[in-house]
Parts: sequence; structure tokens; C-alpha cells
Amino acid sequence: MSVIGNTALDFTDDQAMILDVARGFCADRSPLERVRDLLESDLGYDPAVWGEMVDMGWPGMALPEAVGGSGLGVSVAVPVCEALGRSLLGGPLLATLLAGQLLLRASAGRDGSAVLAAIAAGAPATIALLDNADWGTEQIRCELGSDGVLRGVKQQVMEAAAAAWLVVVAQEQGEPVLAVVPAAAVAPEARRNHVLIDATRRAQTIDFSGVQVAGDAVLRGPDVARALRDVRLLGGLLLAAEAGGSAASCLDTTVEYLKTRTQFGKLIGSYQALKHPCVEILMALDATRSFVYHAATLVGDGPLDEEAEIACRMAKAQATETLKYAGDRAVQFHGGMGFTWECDAQLYVRRAQWVQQAFGDAQHHRKRLARLLLDR
Amino acid sequence: MSQVSDREKAEFRQQVGAWMQANRPADPGFLLPQSFMEVGSEQQLDFLREWQHKVWSAGYLGMAWPRQYGGQGVDPVYQSIADQEMRRHGVPICFNVIGLGWAGPLINDIGTEAEKARYLKGILSGEDIWCQGFSEPDHGSDLGSAQLRARREGDEYVLNGTKIWTTMGNFAKYMILLARTNPQAERKYDGLSFFLAPMQVPGIDPRPIRKLTGEYGFTETFFTDARIPASCLMGEEGQGWKIAMRTLQYERGAEAGAAGGLAFVRIAIDDMIAELADVERDGEPALQDPAVRDQLVQMIMEEKAVVLCDRRAAIPALTTDYPFSLPLSNKLRFTESTRRMRQMAINLQGADGGLYVGDAAARQGGFWQRAYLNSFSATIGGGTSQVQANIIAEHILGLPK
Repeated sequence: MSVIGNTALDFTDDQAMILDVARGFCADRSPLERVRDLLESDLGYDPAVWGEMVDMGWPGMALPEAVGGSGLGVSVAVPVCEALGRSLLGGPLLATLLAGQLLLRASAGRDGSAVLAAIAAGAPATIALLDNADWGTEQIRCELGSDGVLRGVKQQVMEAAAAAWLVVVAQEQGEPVLAVVPAAAVAPEARRNHVLIDATRRAQTIDFSGVQVAGDAVLRGPDVARALRDVRLLGGLLLAAEAGGSAASCLDTTVEYLKTRTQFGKLIGSYQALKHPCVEILMALDATRSFVYHAATLVGDGPLDEEAEIACRMAKAQATETLKYAGDRAVQFHGGMGFTWECDAQLYVRRAQWVQQAFGDAQHHRKRLARLLLDR
Repeated sequence: MSQVSDREKAEFRQQVGAWMQANRPADPGFLLPQSFMEVGSEQQLDFLREWQHKVWSAGYLGMAWPRQYGGQGVDPVYQSIADQEMRRHGVPICFNVIGLGWAGPLINDIGTEAEKARYLKGILSGEDIWCQGFSEPDHGSDLGSAQLRARREGDEYVLNGTKIWTTMGNFAKYMILLARTNPQAERKYDGLSFFLAPMQVPGIDPRPIRKLTGEYGFTETFFTDARIPASCLMGEEGQGWKIAMRTLQYERGAEAGAAGGLAFVRIAIDDMIAELADVERDGEPALQDPAVRDQLVQMIMEEKAVVLCDRRAAIPALTTDYPFSLPLSNKLRFTESTRRMRQMAINLQGADGGLYVGDAAARQGGFWQRAYLNSFSATIGGGTSQVQANIIAEHILGLPK
């Protein structure tokens, strides 16, 4: 079989409708002045806007109707994340969607439905995943003891301050488990706010040591490992969609400047040294959207198969490189202005650096892709 | 919409597949052209002419063209299936591409009965080779500025000027020719006319151009007081630009009117990976080298992006930002990716990468080396990549000229 493999790309009416609505909503609620207002705020997002998202059913859009979700599947989260990225709209949605996917996939409809129902009803949630800076490791350090007490520190927990529920990835005698912890169980002094390079986001390092987990709040069994693997891929996909959206508005920002800025008596956009990299960004963006919606076509509610894994990894690898390049050139092409806080290029170049590492950078995914594509 | 049932299609696919399998020619012992632009020797020409004649005689070329002109008069879907099977079985190209894909469909579309009767069958059989006279030395990508002069004198036109990049110009019997009949026309496009011109007349001198590969395939064609019958004019004077643009639409294949057959041999990245299976670096298989693996994955992604972008281009809801971005950047994306892939294939060969066509130890006879050098024909021809980038920047992104 060809290494090119599956090339399906479908876009459902549901996805199209949601993309349309989400783009309009995000553009309206998150103009760049508003994004800037929130940069140095504690929460990093506007609770009223989150409330509107809850009213539209977004936290539960990919959850089954049985728990109060819309039952549309995870593929509808992709256009929403693209829209968030396009307007640099922060907040707990992406983290909540992923936490919901992790619980759903790990519980296979058995347990966790109370928390899933809470999420679908609008309770923000997040995953406490990273033990260290290595997104590639599958080794889990945080431990759940036989006494039901957690021991260990998790870093870069996305939107942790907003989360009502924390899904802690731990190991119990070497086996991966998920401990579902309410926010109140973690004392304020166990939390430290990170300063992120992307100031539209928030994250915390949390010391879970001493947190007692209720017996029915632990998910165990073979589904947990598989769910973890799938959610790492879905995290890559949703961030790829978000990065693609951000890269699109970044390119718009740069192109707009090149059309209006005059130097040496000419509009600078007429210089090929600036024009051609913009075309490269456009083409990288076109590739990104194609990979992202191809991956969205292949991911379902069941365990991800090898073609879906390949698609998610390609989407993240491509999107990451695209936004890095778009952000980097945005700063450079704005000249002296680009060096300032006031210039919007900083928003994109800083986001690019955060998103490139989250859920694995391009090299990480290409390394895994090499195994999938070249060793069979 | 095709009226042919799925069962009929499947049966036909099986039939044509079996024929290709049984009739695929043996390795001739010399390197065959990968595209119609690379026919450089009589030896290659004779081989390809025989192959095209065989395919046509079997009924798998020009299937949708009318029966009285050498076709089969059937639904074009049959030809599309035949083309797919040719691709799948890796058979040689049908070399008479300017006839099959440009001149033939044009004549079929807007030609007179006399023109159809005179030209179509010879195009399909391979007997009459066609070439194309659009580009000129001073106007590479700017066809509208063509200067070759065609002056009416009684029952003849007198041709003076030069055409360049004439594929198979030295073998061709006919040329589709874009020439200037009215230098005074207000719009430069209105001064152009279109001819179905004979090549073997006094005053037409096609001189082969030696390519960077060391081979031939094109000519620079000089016209010095060459006289052709006035009946060679297609349509009317002044319609040349319109007709020339019309010829471009047939590129989309049999459904658009082309006769069919392969114009080029597709080289997939799988071919490169297979080629590298026994190559070593630092005493280990090259395919286990982390740097090589990373490069290969990037290349696979480039190839896959070309296919996926084609898929997405068909979904209007996913192309709202820049609706023409994908179709307009397709050539740039595909040709640059092809060039990079072939260059990589040489890079990864170790010392063998330094060998060339003619060396007994060259991998596949120097196939990749020649393919890489030839890949520039696509990144330069039809508008260089840099011109393409300007067009995309100006027409899609709206950047100033």
C-alpha cells in the first residue's frame, strides 16, 4: 500500500453550520482589542462569553446525548477550535472538550457519567497530564496509592484555575488510571500560576500530593491507556485546528500591513522578498486546513485507528510549523513596529511558540509518523 | 453524468487491465522518457510510436472520439478507466500528447469536417506527430505578446519569426501555431491567429535544443519566409488568442475531450522509498537513520498535502477565505514538491548519487538523476514558480504589483 494512505476528506452539514456560527460568534466577541484587554487579567477570559458558549451547548457538543451532550462526535469540535484560534479567543473550552473526550473514552459509558453530565451542562474541566517537559513519554510519575491518596506534581495544567473538575493522569502499581478530582479538593497553596509565552492562555503547576480521591472517582482498566493515547492525538488535532485559525488571521494581519505601508516610495507589499514568503504561508495554511479536516474526517467516538493516528499527527506537525512561520514572518515584516507590544504580530508569534510544543512538537510527531509509515 | 453502469465499468476495467498486463512491453534496454517532453532519440520515438499504435489498435485510445475519425464513439468514462489502468500497470506514455490532448480535442470541438477527416486519425495512430508553437524566445510566459508574423499573400500565409520549446519539433508533421496576423490591432490579443500548420515546408527549421540532462526533446523553430496554405487558418483571423486559451481546457482529461493515454509516468514517493531499501548510511540501513526518516516524513506530507488540497478544493464551505487559492497554487505546490522529492532521491543514494545516465552502476540507469534535472521543465515551463508566486500574491492575497 502507498505511504500516502487514506486521503478521505468530508465536511458534514453539521460541521459547516457550526463553523459558520462559531466564526461569527468568535469574531464578534473577541476582536483584538478585547483579546488585549484580557492579556493581563487574572482569569484570561470573559466569563460572560463562556456562559454564552455553554448556552450554545459547546462544552457538550462532542458528548453523547445520554449525558446531556449533542452527540455530534468529536469532529464538530474541529471547526469550533479553528474559529477560536482565528479570533485568539481564550478560555476553558478546548481543555474542557479534551477532558470530556478523555473521560468518555476511558469510561466506555460505564462510570464518569456524572462528571460528563456536569461538563455537558457547562462545568469547565481540564486534564492534569504532564509530569515533566516531555510530551513524548508515556511514563507516568504521579501516583495513586492503595489508600486512594495522590502523590505527585503536574505541570502546565491548561486553564486549571477555571476548571471545576481536574482529570488527573496517575499510575496505580504501574497501571495508568484517571483520578477525577473536584477543584475544591486542591488547596490554593498547592497551585502555582504559570507565566505562559502565549498570554491569551492560563495554566498551573499543581501539587496533588495528599489529595484523597473518592473510590468511585477513579477510572481503571485497559480503556484508560487507549483513551490516553487517543486524547494525546485529539489534543494535537484540536490545537492544530486552533493554530490553523490563528495562522489565517496572522497572515491577514501581515498582508494588510504590506498593502498599506510605504517605504522608499513604494508599497512594501510590492517587494517579492516580502510577497513570496506570504505565498508560502498561504500554501502552508492551505495544507494545514486540508490535513486538519482530513483528520476530522477520520476520528470518531471509537478508538482511533492507525489512519486516524497518522492524520492527527500530520495535522499537528503541519499546523505547528505553519503558525511558527506565519508568526515569525509577521514580526519581521512589520519592521520596527513588529518589535513592539502594540503590534498584533506579538500575539501570533507568542502563541506559535506555545502551541508548537503542546501535545508534541513537529519533530515528535514526525518521529512517530516515521514508525507508522516507514517500518511496515 | 455517465450513463454507464457500475457493472459495465467494472467489467471494462478488468478487460483493459488484463490487456495492459499481457501487453506491457518488456524493458527495451534503454531509458524511456518519463514524459512526452523528453523524447530525445529516434530509438525512443520508434518504441513509443509502436506502443501508442498498439494501444489505439486495441481500442484503448481516443475511445470517446467519433468512430469515423478513428475513435470508438463511447462514453468518455471508458477512456478514463483505460487511463487509470495504464497508470496502474505502469505502461509507457502515449507520446503524441500535443495531438491527443490539445490539437485533437480542439479540431473535434470546433474544426471543420475536412479538418477532422484529415487530422484526427493520424493523431490517434501516432503516424502524424503534432507539436505546439506558442512560446517565443523573448516572451517566455507571456503568450499574448507573441510576435511571429503571419502575412497573407493570395492563397498563402508567409511566416517569419521564431518559436521555442517546441516539444518534438524535429519529429512533428504539424504544429498548432499562434501567430500575429495584425500587428496594428488595438489590443495585442486581437492581432493573433491560430493555424494548423504543416512543419515539413521550406523555410521552417526546427533546431534541437540540448537540455541540461544532455538529452534532446525540444527545438527552437525558425520560420524564414515559410509559406503555408491559407486553409491552415483555424477559425478566422483575430481569433487566435481565444482558440489558444480553449486548448488549455482539454488538459483535464478524457471527460474534457482529450483522447487519453498517459502523458507522463508518475513517480510516487513509494518508488523512492523502495529504491532506498538497500541503501546504507554510517553502516546502517538509510531508512533507519533518524535524519533521513524525518526528511522522508516531511516529503510524504508534502505529497499527501497535494492530494488533500485537491480534495478540499471540492468543498466550497472549506474554501471561503480565498476561494481560488487552491486551484491557483496547485501547479506551484505540485511541481515544487516533485522537484524536491527527486532531488532528495539523489541525496539519499550515497556515493551512487554522483553517478549519471550511462554509468553501469547508476541506480536504475540514472533514472532519479535525470528525473530531477527534468523536473525543472515543470517549475519553469507554463510560468516559472516565481511568476506563479507573484500571481498568487497579487490575485489571491491582493498584494500590490
